[in-house]
Amino acid sequence: MPDAVLAALRAASHEASGRSNHTDGVWLADDEPILPGVRPRYMAAPGSTAEAAAVLRAAAAHDLAVVVGGGLTKQDWAAPPRRCDLLLSTRRLTGVVEHAAGDLIAVVRAGTRLTELAELLAPAGQQLALDAPLSGATVGGTVAVSTSGPRRMLYGTVRDLLIGVTVVRPDGAVAHAGGKVVKNVAGYDLGKLITGSYGTLGLVTEAAFRLHPCPAASAYVSRRAADPADAARLVAGVLAGQVVPSALEIDAPAEGGLAVVVLLEGTANGVAGRAVRTTRLLGGDAAISDAPPGWWSAYPWGPGDVGMKLTAALSGVPALLTAALTARRQHGVPLALRGSAGTGVLYAGLPGTTRAETVAVVVDALRAAAGAAGGHAVVLTAPAAVRERVDLWGPVEGLELMRRVKRQFDPDARFAPGRFVGGI
Amino acid sequence: MTTREIGTLAATLRAALGDEQVISDRQELRTYECDGLAQYRVVPALVALPRTAEQCAAVVRACAAADVPFVARGSGTGLSGGALPHADGVLIVTSQLRTIKEIAPQDERAVVEPGVINLHVTRAAAPYGYYYAPDPSSQQICSIGGNVAENSGGAHCLKYGFTTNHVTGLQVVTPDGDLVRLGGRAPDAPGYDLVGAFVGSEGTLGIATEVTVRLVRLPETVRTLLAAFRGTDAAGAATSAIIGAGVIPAAVEMMDALAIEAAEAAVHCGYPAGAGAVLIVELDGPASEVEAQFAQVERLCREHGAFEIRIAADETERLLFWKGRKSAFAAVGRISPDYIVQDGVIPRTALPEVLRRIDQLSRERGIRVANVFHAGDGNLHPLVLFDDAVEGQAERAEEVSGAILELCVALGGSITGEHGVGMDKARYMPRMFTDDDLDTMQLLRCAFDPRGLANPGKVFPTPRLCGEVPGRRTGVHPAQAAGLAEVF
Repeated sequence: MPDAVLAALRAASHEASGRSNHTDGVWLADDEPILPGVRPRYMAAPGSTAEAAAVLRAAAAHDLAVVVGGGLTKQDWAAPPRRCDLLLSTRRLTGVVEHAAGDLIAVVRAGTRLTELAELLAPAGQQLALDAPLSGATVGGTVAVSTSGPRRMLYGTVRDLLIGVTVVRPDGAVAHAGGKVVKNVAGYDLGKLITGSYGTLGLVTEAAFRLHPCPAASAYVSRRAADPADAARLVAGVLAGQVVPSALEIDAPAEGGLAVVVLLEGTANGVAGRAVRTTRLLGGDAAISDAPPGWWSAYPWGPGDVGMKLTAALSGVPALLTAALTARRQHGVPLALRGSAGTGVLYAGLPGTTRAETVAVVVDALRAAAGAAGGHAVVLTAPAAVRERVDLWGPVEGLELMRRVKRQFDPDARFAPGRFVGGI
Repeated sequence: MTTREIGTLAATLRAALGDEQVISDRQELRTYECDGLAQYRVVPALVALPRTAEQCAAVVRACAAADVPFVARGSGTGLSGGALPHADGVLIVTSQLRTIKEIAPQDERAVVEPGVINLHVTRAAAPYGYYYAPDPSSQQICSIGGNVAENSGGAHCLKYGFTTNHVTGLQVVTPDGDLVRLGGRAPDAPGYDLVGAFVGSEGTLGIATEVTVRLVRLPETVRTLLAAFRGTDAAGAATSAIIGAGVIPAAVEMMDALAIEAAEAAVHCGYPAGAGAVLIVELDGPASEVEAQFAQVERLCREHGAFEIRIAADETERLLFWKGRKSAFAAVGRISPDYIVQDGVIPRTALPEVLRRIDQLSRERGIRVANVFHAGDGNLHPLVLFDDAVEGQAERAEEVSGAILELCVALGGSITGEHGVGMDKARYMPRMFTDDDLDTMQLLRCAFDPRGLANPGKVFPTPRLCGEVPGRRTGVHPAQAAGLAEVF
């Protein structure tokens, strides 16, 4: 039986792209990797914003639920969508639209991998100063989920580096916000709204970023800590010092031990001097290395495991860490912790084989500790059994306003329905 | 609003706030008729001066109940008419919400009320070795609430970012009159980044009643130099060379000959004689880094034609360098009876071309333009000089000012870098954004303020009609909507 919806999507893709062989823009999803929990019927991989808009207008006309995919590195994050008729891939939306080296900005298509972007910018001695905790992650997925790594301490996160976006709304309208200059307060900053929205407000097709010069030199200063109190003392010492770290990480692997690592970046002489000062601030067995530890900028969990993000006001980090280590001992679980002690963001991992009941109890304990420390505990990823058992997000302030935002952008709740906070 | 309706609303507000906190006397109301952009004046129907967040919410609730628009105002220093009152509305002045609730260096945060003066946050944090980074030129008088509304920048945002990069939490009164907390001391609160959406929304999404800001560790070293060039081309080339060398100064500021002349007349800053342009370059950070890069900056300035370089020997001299720059706007009053302060942004590399085009415009129309910029980030502040007493000059000055904005947009820049759109530039928004862009932005407005009561007439040239699209469902199960269930 001919598929009228497929024909309509193809017609839209064809008309917008001008390509005669329109089967390569939209197809049936039979052979595609299946999203966790749902199976899309159609796949689309538009090659331009205009083509994406045309396909999404057709999708809207046929009431299709749409999930956007990039490198598919975080589709197992958050809740699976309630439904997904069309998986829209950004795989053909790749490349740098503009790199104005003199202005330290780049406009990049959403499907571009962060690693590819880094290679394209490197010859100019520039970088998009975002760590990529998951290899294969694209610009679009990084914006949609707002992942970050150790260097967030100096450079901030996606929200701080994104200066403009092109978005296709769920109804297929194309909207831009921001621009390609760093300093710009014209209109609402929709880039911030889109950042971390998990694809629930629209499709990002292009993003403009502020770039930074690649530092001439870098050094890692590492020291072991005896316990959370000791780590807290070391972290506070570095924060009070004036060495301006690019990152201040702690690592508490499941098998035991605790380390504090400081990243310094700058001129060769400057970094050398600051590294020596940092060893003095840290004392003990502090040692300088020009290479990061093996775990640097990686999450403390693997595929199929439980991954959590814990946040706290800076002064609450030691209590959060203590609570986590207590939970590890009390429940006999190999809880691994790692993260940016210098900004109040920790990640926690548990093996995917951990009983859902146990995970739930640990999440409750961590959520209580994070809440007391002024932050949150969010389960980023977990096996299906765990997701069914635990509240992934915990308390969300301003949820009613968020629902209202979602209703305005996506009144039919077709974009990644159910993936986000409060079932948005 | 009829006199009677105003009287009824005034009575409601007085009951909630106390008699002293509500102004209805015509003469007193006139005090609030404009903000820093004094050519637009509107006398509000009423002024309310809440002392607490709850009072502020009560005022907004009363406005919502009476279907009366409201406009928030901090110190009234804004330069885009963002706090221009509404003739049939209530002006809610936040200047009495001025408590610094907490300086928490251990969290690198301060919690302040919106009426707190920008510089006072830095003063309160300084004993702990911290400061509040965004530093608009008006920082001695402008309020944090106004900074949040306008996403204010400043000379040092090249390195440290804008207000939006330094606000981590807000308590806001929504246009319905609800008090809502967004974000907090910890980063990355789950859900949409409504703090990010709110900062810079120019009072159209509600009123901030408490602001949690980042405090930044004071740098170990600050080094400042003043370099004099024969002209702006050379100064612009030096700026590009500095940035191109991978140096990110805390600030790079430029003034042209006319701006220097004005500054000299006003504050006798003693800039080098014969300079066609001066650059102020400031580096801060760890001493070892700053020393290395400062030498590089000095060399690059010389290589690009600086004929005199002064290095601030101490804080007094540093402040003198800055005095000329920070007083530039007011100083042009010394050389011209009237002037327009423009605020536009261009890609930094387009600076020489833009300056030539501005010069051409100036000569064609017979209108002098003094140029002051945050050169590091391409933020221009052309000061368009005119004499209102001379027939036609004001119109020609407006034309030149508008043409400069067109130029900014044509070169891929922005119609405002830090002063905001307000009511002054709403008409220019369509030059920078399509109808769909503006419509999409207003979806956010509709989510917060479907009735358009919060600062109407600002930012957007035409309001969007909000409300649920007929015949559409929301697709959210009631249990889910109530936060009781998630669907997997």
